[in-house]
Amino acid sequence: MAQAKTEAKPVVNRTQALVWLRQMMLIRRFEERAEMLYQKGNKIGGFFHQYSGQEPVAVGSIGVLREDDYIITAYRDHGHALARGMSARAGMSELLGKVTGCSRGKGGSMHFFDVEKGFLGGHAIVGSHVPLATGVAFALKYRGEDRVCVCYFGEGAINQGSVHEALNMAALWKLPVIYIVENNQYAMGTSLERSTAVLDLRLRGATAYGIPGITINGNDIELMAKTTREAANRARGGEGPTFIEAKTYRYKGHSISDPGKYRLREELDSAMKNDPIMVYQNVLKQRGWIDEETADKMRDEIKTEVEEAIAFAEHSEPPSLDQLYEDITVAPFIPQE
Amino acid sequence: MPLISYREALNQAMTEEMERDDRVFIMGEEVAQYDGAYKVSQGMLKKFGARRVIDTPISEEGFAGIGIGAAMAGLRPVIEFMTFSFSLVAIDQIVNNAANMRYMSGGQFAVPIVFRGSSGMAGCLAATHSHRLEAWYAHIPGLTVMMPATPADAKGMLKSAIRSDDPVIFMEHEVLYPERGEVPAGEHLVPIGKADIKRPGSDVTLITYSRSLKTTLAAATQLADEGISAEVIDLRTIRPLDLDTLLHSIIKTHRAVIIEEDWPYCGVGAGIADRVTQRVFDELDAPIRRVATKDAPVPYNRALEDSMLPSVPRIVAAVHDVVYR
Repeated sequence: MAQAKTEAKPVVNRTQALVWLRQMMLIRRFEERAEMLYQKGNKIGGFFHQYSGQEPVAVGSIGVLREDDYIITAYRDHGHALARGMSARAGMSELLGKVTGCSRGKGGSMHFFDVEKGFLGGHAIVGSHVPLATGVAFALKYRGEDRVCVCYFGEGAINQGSVHEALNMAALWKLPVIYIVENNQYAMGTSLERSTAVLDLRLRGATAYGIPGITINGNDIELMAKTTREAANRARGGEGPTFIEAKTYRYKGHSISDPGKYRLREELDSAMKNDPIMVYQNVLKQRGWIDEETADKMRDEIKTEVEEAIAFAEHSEPPSLDQLYEDITVAPFIPQE
Repeated sequence: MPLISYREALNQAMTEEMERDDRVFIMGEEVAQYDGAYKVSQGMLKKFGARRVIDTPISEEGFAGIGIGAAMAGLRPVIEFMTFSFSLVAIDQIVNNAANMRYMSGGQFAVPIVFRGSSGMAGCLAATHSHRLEAWYAHIPGLTVMMPATPADAKGMLKSAIRSDDPVIFMEHEVLYPERGEVPAGEHLVPIGKADIKRPGSDVTLITYSRSLKTTLAAATQLADEGISAEVIDLRTIRPLDLDTLLHSIIKTHRAVIIEEDWPYCGVGAGIADRVTQRVFDELDAPIRRVATKDAPVPYNRALEDSMLPSVPRIVAAVHDVVYR
């Protein structure tokens, strides 16, 4: 059984905690079922990167943001989108390439977008969205707003030049941005040790730019929430960016085609023994906020929700072929053919 | 009409747009305290302050991306590249993010941004600082590419570019900055995607843009002395191409020469020749000829560099080929 422990005292009330537990379960189930649709029936194509194991990072941090804050992430984006309140329907429809998808079937797994939720996308060039996040924060400060932009990226992005250029300018201009590095230990198949000369990511991402940096157990959802809340308060107060290294672990391969030969089975098994969803469920049980029966009921509801989302996606229309030329530019688009 | 330089015309365009819309700001290397590497933003820091005229570190990829992010969040950035040669460092941001954002978000996000700065071969700058990248950017669906050749167009086109809701690559030419011409004061907008007939004629259509316009007009004058009437079309917008104006002219002249400062292979002229040929092959009395920069890296030596460029004799020779005299 997963150990019940959390490094933080309760930072939320019962209602919020149950919402978070439910969101983590939803992300897990959504991806489990999507993987099945990918493997059987060829309903999902292209690259498909799963978030399983990392759920507390997105749910805990997004859980303390305001509705008018912005979120941007990399290509492993299903979890962040669902944590931000994107419906399973819109996500699943996108995976199936349908016009009802969150990006109208034009983005796919790596490019989920939701303007209504301030979700500025999944982005698929490693590190490329980090300047975008910084620019969003620039706009917020330019207009004198007290909103923040939260930017997620993997530890593999720490070796990408664009990230460092953005970190420098964010610090220089004290922009309201929170960088959350999800250190799941592997950049595709390359471990941090094999790619990175200085292993303490804070030294490179925070210290080097005079940005406050903190390393935490990202799988402790309430610690994730507390740390993000503090960073958001700093940003709203005009004190500039924060760099959070959230240590976590992904259960699945880098993408669906990755058998994961670069790591030992024991390493994965040991991580799964401390599955963060079970850990949090047990924490809430110990607090008397949930019992087994309620948790099972929650899981059943989620199963139904995901099945309904799949049915919705399957019954949705694909984009018509003339939509190939739609939404390229705001001005009428003239194909140069 | 006031007689001002291409450089001042660009400054006027930005100043007027910043006066009318607080969402517009300019960001780039040396744009503020230094007054612009080529003085295009001269006086703007003093006028608008450091909130809206922003010096950056030497991080083209970073500040290009910051501009795109700011545009996604509702601002209308003007991002200056000291030269477009440096945009090669930022090309991931321009191509993957600026050009694709609207499409891959299913129309949810727009990127109203202008990337502007000098470009082209300006004399003794050698291989890394003399790039002409219009073909690279014009290749990309989602981008608008504009290249003014005169002070009046510089102003009117830049104002339209800043008001566009789509990402615009706005390439100025370094040797044109001091060129003077009549420029309307105040509101003057040149529509995106509209070419301009800079000299009417009836025997041959000369298609060009940016700095090559001057050489092409000089060639047209010489051709007139020989009794050949050349119509000179300035594309102004490279993407989307004003194909109608080109076809209209070619249906009249039945002959065309394309003059460009870029290399020939896979260049803008190649794309134009293909599209024209597909549509009016039967109207052509001769194959379309192209006068492009010679296919070599740009050398430091001035005589070598000059030998590469489209010149009056090369243009005249190409016209002789297509008019068979």
